[in-house]
Amino acid sequence: MRGKRILTGVATVLAICVATTVAWAGEVEVLHWWTSGGEAAAVQQLQKMLNTEGHTWKDFAVAGGAGANAMTALKSRAVSGNPPTAAQVKGPQIQEWADLGVLTNLDDVAKAETWEKLVPEVVADIMKADGKWVAVPVNVHRINWMWCNPMVFQKAGAIYPQTWDEFFAACEKIQKAGLIPVAFGGQPWQEATAWESIVSGVGGPEFYKQTMIQADEKALASPKMVEVFEIFRKIKKYTDRNAPGRDWNLATAMVIRGEAGMQFMGDWAKGEFTAAGKVPGQDYDALTVPGTADAFLFNVDSFIMFEVKDADAKKAQKAMARLILSPDFQVVFNVNKGSIPVRSGISEDPFDAVAVKSMADFMATAKSGGLMPSMAHEMAVSPAVRGAMFDVVTNFYNSDMSPQDAARKLAAAVKEAKM
Amino acid sequence: MLETALPKLVVAPSFVVMIIFIYGFILWTLYISMTKSTFLPTYDFVGLVQYAKLWRIERWWVACRNLLVYGGLFIVLCTTFGLLLAIFLDQKIRIEGALRTIYLYPLALSFVVTGTAWKWILNPGLGIERLVREMGWTSFTFDWLVTSEMSIYCVVIAAVWQSTGFVMAMFLAGLRGIDDSIIKAAQVDGAGLRRIYWKIIIPSLRPVFFSSFIILTHIAIKSFDLVVVLTRGGPGYSSDLPATFMYAYAFTRGRLAMGAASAMIMFAMVMAIIVPYLYSELRRKRHA
Repeated sequence: MRGKRILTGVATVLAICVATTVAWAGEVEVLHWWTSGGEAAAVQQLQKMLNTEGHTWKDFAVAGGAGANAMTALKSRAVSGNPPTAAQVKGPQIQEWADLGVLTNLDDVAKAETWEKLVPEVVADIMKADGKWVAVPVNVHRINWMWCNPMVFQKAGAIYPQTWDEFFAACEKIQKAGLIPVAFGGQPWQEATAWESIVSGVGGPEFYKQTMIQADEKALASPKMVEVFEIFRKIKKYTDRNAPGRDWNLATAMVIRGEAGMQFMGDWAKGEFTAAGKVPGQDYDALTVPGTADAFLFNVDSFIMFEVKDADAKKAQKAMARLILSPDFQVVFNVNKGSIPVRSGISEDPFDAVAVKSMADFMATAKSGGLMPSMAHEMAVSPAVRGAMFDVVTNFYNSDMSPQDAARKLAAAVKEAKM
Repeated sequence: MLETALPKLVVAPSFVVMIIFIYGFILWTLYISMTKSTFLPTYDFVGLVQYAKLWRIERWWVACRNLLVYGGLFIVLCTTFGLLLAIFLDQKIRIEGALRTIYLYPLALSFVVTGTAWKWILNPGLGIERLVREMGWTSFTFDWLVTSEMSIYCVVIAAVWQSTGFVMAMFLAGLRGIDDSIIKAAQVDGAGLRRIYWKIIIPSLRPVFFSSFIILTHIAIKSFDLVVVLTRGGPGYSSDLPATFMYAYAFTRGRLAMGAASAMIMFAMVMAIIVPYLYSELRRKRHA
């Protein structure tokens, strides 16, 4: 009899506990495409942090297509009036979603957490619509890196290039030594990744901003752009003929194995070196692409936050926004993903040499004006304009189109896509 | 009463589903193609602007020319090889069952598997070229896959390899259906083997030609997965087809209206080929 009473008492206490938990815990449903090894581990950290605050995480991961599949899923959810709490959307597409009036205002979180002071203005502007925060940046990848194998350079008697002349001199030597100077993957996005680094390296920050951000037709057809295409064509001579269609990580593997000297690629290539047990500064080096030492082309992942009605869900959403930019998450996520923190005031200790250099350059270029969004990685122009640029660049690279024609066609294609 | 109503009742749900999800959405796509939809559908009518723009895009022309080359070669080669294989297999040979299975096997694979396998076979650094070079012929070159002008022919090779067995099976069934007595009568009349095939057997396979043409045409026009896996439309966009163009514009570039316009052109292409053919074939049947 007494036993039964105690049991009832325990049950009541438990019931109250459960009830109170439910009362202040909200759920966030998060659409993302971080499904592979390190990335999945990185995003799980956010889930854990939310759980400790009592919120629940409903995973809505859509793999494949570099996010294209996830975007299709998101559109159908949004059109049916049932968007998730947050979704991984980046660059100018944030504006397009904001224009639909479905995003929530995060200004209160931004103010409480002093985001304005922590996040560089160029990045913050992309996260805002009409001056209000509608998205939260997560991490930064640097695009204008060149991954080099010092053994190849040594064998060929070449030195690390700072300018384009030095670059081609090194290529000549490596080729004479019987090795492939440039490991290249012939897919449109990889071609565009190398090409936009050349735009920045040949034309400098002003020219990059005119062409890749404002997509100004006059600048796109200018003699400077012809020069960019000339260098791009010249690089092709120093790639192997099996490059078309090759995946980027296979090209990285060529540098790792010492078959090739250099690769143009963003800093996610570092993951391949690390996985192969290579040490930066010893087995490989990361140089900035010639002429881009004081430029930083960035690719920032971000979450847009949709307007939710439920008060608890709203609380959970704000908690998620706050946690993403918290120092703890910034460190653990970026170490796992191989990127760098998007905010200042983070200790450099947990990061490797390449990331430390990136972090210093990120803050320095934010002041000097060399910090610029990447066109190839959907940060700078609308998908339509980006697609038009991709078409011309890849068609130029894979045919015998003259650099003059390429610049002219580039301006025309961009003009068409803007209409 | 029930007996006449029941069949209709049973068919009705699938009929309704078809009306909505096939014909309904064809009309919806048609409407979207006449709007300014970007990354989500909008309903502001602007007429044929997107079509006019579409035909000014160089990539679209490349895609259409590729479809012509690919579709033409695919249909002709599949039909020729399929018919030849069927005739050879029909010669009452010993291990016909095993051979038939071998030729039919590629059909059991999806285009994704076919594409991946052929990507490796045709890659100069991994496949045929390397094999021949290692056997001693060091100047041998076979680099169609990485050459802009030739990449579409790689798609043809893989597609023909996959679909020939299927066409063969159709022709084989057709050959088995021909009345032996007609052939015997022709032999009695003194007709040679070639003449019998040319004048009697192949003409009587007409319905099979018809079915295989219809099937191959729509496979060709909707081809998507094979190109995506084998060449990704590259090098550059040199092996793009209208279907891959449509996907790129509608789903990755936020130009839904343009994608819809290209889808409608593809639809018109299918109609332009199928409708006259269907019409002439059905009329012939009615007359006969």
